[in-house]
Amino acid sequence: MNDILIQNGRVIDPASGRDEVCDVTIAQGLIKHVGKARGKARETIDADGAVVCPGLIDLHVHCREPGHEEEETVATAAAAAVAGGFTTLCAMPNTHPPMDNDTAVHYVLHRGGEADLARVLPVGCISKQREGKGLAEMGLMLDAGAVGFSDDGDGVASTALMQRALQYTGMIGAPLMQHCQDPELMTGAMNSGPVAVRLGLGGIAASGEQIMLQRDLELVRRTAAKYHVQHVSTAGSVELIRAAKADGLPVTAEATPHHLLLTDAACMNYDSNYKVNPPLRTAADVQAVRQGVADGTIDCLASDHAPHAKEEKELEFNAAPFGIVSLDCALALYAKALVATRLLTWPELIARMTVNPAAVIGRPLGTLSQGAQADVTVIDPNKRWTIRTRAFASKARNCPYDGWRVRGRAVCTIVRGQIKFRR
Amino acid sequence: MAKKASESSEGPEPHAQAHADPPGQFVWTRKDLLGLDELSAEEITHILDTADTFKEVSTRSIKKVPTLRGKVAALLFFENSTRTRMSFELAASRLSCDTLLLTSKGSSVAKGETTLDTARNVAAMGVDIIVMRHGQSGAPHMLARNMPESIVNAGDGSHEHPTQGLLDIYTIRQRLGTLQGVRVAIVGDIAHSRVARSNILGLKKLGAEVVVVGPPTLVPQAMTAMGCEISHSLDDVLPDIDVINMLRIQFERFSSNLFPSLREYSRLYGLTAERLKLARKDILVMHPGPINRGVELTSDVADGPNSCILQQVTNGLAVRMAVLYLVSQGTE
Repeated sequence: MNDILIQNGRVIDPASGRDEVCDVTIAQGLIKHVGKARGKARETIDADGAVVCPGLIDLHVHCREPGHEEEETVATAAAAAVAGGFTTLCAMPNTHPPMDNDTAVHYVLHRGGEADLARVLPVGCISKQREGKGLAEMGLMLDAGAVGFSDDGDGVASTALMQRALQYTGMIGAPLMQHCQDPELMTGAMNSGPVAVRLGLGGIAASGEQIMLQRDLELVRRTAAKYHVQHVSTAGSVELIRAAKADGLPVTAEATPHHLLLTDAACMNYDSNYKVNPPLRTAADVQAVRQGVADGTIDCLASDHAPHAKEEKELEFNAAPFGIVSLDCALALYAKALVATRLLTWPELIARMTVNPAAVIGRPLGTLSQGAQADVTVIDPNKRWTIRTRAFASKARNCPYDGWRVRGRAVCTIVRGQIKFRR
Repeated sequence: MAKKASESSEGPEPHAQAHADPPGQFVWTRKDLLGLDELSAEEITHILDTADTFKEVSTRSIKKVPTLRGKVAALLFFENSTRTRMSFELAASRLSCDTLLLTSKGSSVAKGETTLDTARNVAAMGVDIIVMRHGQSGAPHMLARNMPESIVNAGDGSHEHPTQGLLDIYTIRQRLGTLQGVRVAIVGDIAHSRVARSNILGLKKLGAEVVVVGPPTLVPQAMTAMGCEISHSLDDVLPDIDVINMLRIQFERFSSNLFPSLREYSRLYGLTAERLKLARKDILVMHPGPINRGVELTSDVADGPNSCILQQVTNGLAVRMAVLYLVSQGTE
């Protein structure tokens, strides 16, 4: 007997190009069959009118564990993930201490296993202590289960270290994920430009992102590494990535909900819920990032879910930490930025949240092919709802979308053939 | 106005009565003064007009009115200040408003308390108005979002210094009779100056033209979005302006390579008697203080006939009385 039968849903599996109304059956944690269901199941989900797709993957989540469990834990991040329809999250390594060794990778994997909600796949540091000086033990971390490497929160400023890191990850085959930002061109808390000048806040120049990206692309050209651009925020970066792809470089990229929806004008009242790194940019940048996602220049959507405690965000804009949480509501935000604007269809949106991020980390996830891991998300694409941060499964409330009316919501999230969330 | 005997021993006249009907038909509604950015031309003019009526108080033999008797203003100064702090203290005192003073030294700020917690604790003692100077742009906005008390910005980081802007504008209006079409140059570290922002925003709203002057490292191009012109040559600008406001140069700036040396800065952008010959004879020379004599201004200019620097300080008192009075009437 099957474990789960999902009936009559619009099954969208971008990996195989499937888009039809049919059934999905799951047994022993694997996809058993997609098509007309055969046999009975212990549990039947009526997906009439809903989309049934591979479990959504978020390449960029800050779980804050170890070190800042008051902000978020692996368990609460994983709970927010499944509530938002995500079956896999990649945990960033800017923890305290930083995840820069195999023991730390084991720890985060262990906490993910204990939570037993979404899959938690660790991303290790590029440099020891995330200090940008010496290479971290990336080979050992890879063996322990890391799926990629990043010093996220900071870019790797040293050109020599970045070259070594790319040579090294080229050897071990893991993606190197870069937070592109020249640290010397970062002298403030928001996007450089007229709004920052008016507010008397120092700026984070768009050129700081593009200069590091341009340097990295030059290095990628000379190595075999897989290079992934995190949270693309400027029109110039989109253009650079587009040109690099046209040149055949092994480059991938991600965009966040906030860089698809918000501009630096939102900072006008010094509300630190709009303080994020990379910062909110201009309307032209938002349009360019959307266009980049639409034409495939930007392969993936990733939340950069960055939880902070209330008291940390209740500080002066400069003193407050960077970060926005959105795991609970990211799917609806992407739909608002990309589907409601007719830039993407639902199958195209789902590709950027499933098969594409799976390819970046080289894992056999993000597909409904027979025998694949039974990670499945059921989405009601027409569900209208209001984002209420107080109802988040995440611990954090540093979210500027509270009260937003949105459309589209996960109604059931299945991980390894088990229902982890149902609405 | 009719003089009336008063039972108050503090002042000869219940000034509040004189202000029950503010100048013009305008009704002030704001409980906070955070910056000139959010004020309309009408609101700015109303503050200036109110300051006019308060100016007279300082000419009396007993320089005090009971307007804000029973009210408490807490002065939270997280950054050094002489002029602004003393001016607010005296302004409050002339209105019979009690004051509490906190300077960051010796307060619980040193113990790691957040600004919001400090302000809330002070407010819990029964404070009506919080006047705050803070090193971070937007700090008073954070308080205003979270607290019911009136918040008056006495300078926030590089953002605004609204009462300084108001007293500068007041002084120009007093001397020139109008702001319409008046050309004002502001010279110096515009990028980091809260005085510059409040002046630019306020002056533009009242119809003046503003040109900001300094090297590109201190004058961001994006400043033009606030409606001002930009020049990198003081000599080019001087012949064509009515007012020149010389900002204090912060010594720490040249460590971050914003200009090569004080010597070079002073040579390019300092106002000397020699350079002043390029300007109109009746040009008004202003400075928010404290002056670095010999750097942005030479002594003969600072103390010369064109200077209205001390008049600015005198006017500051009336402007701050007006601000304290108005925000305490505010309902929003």
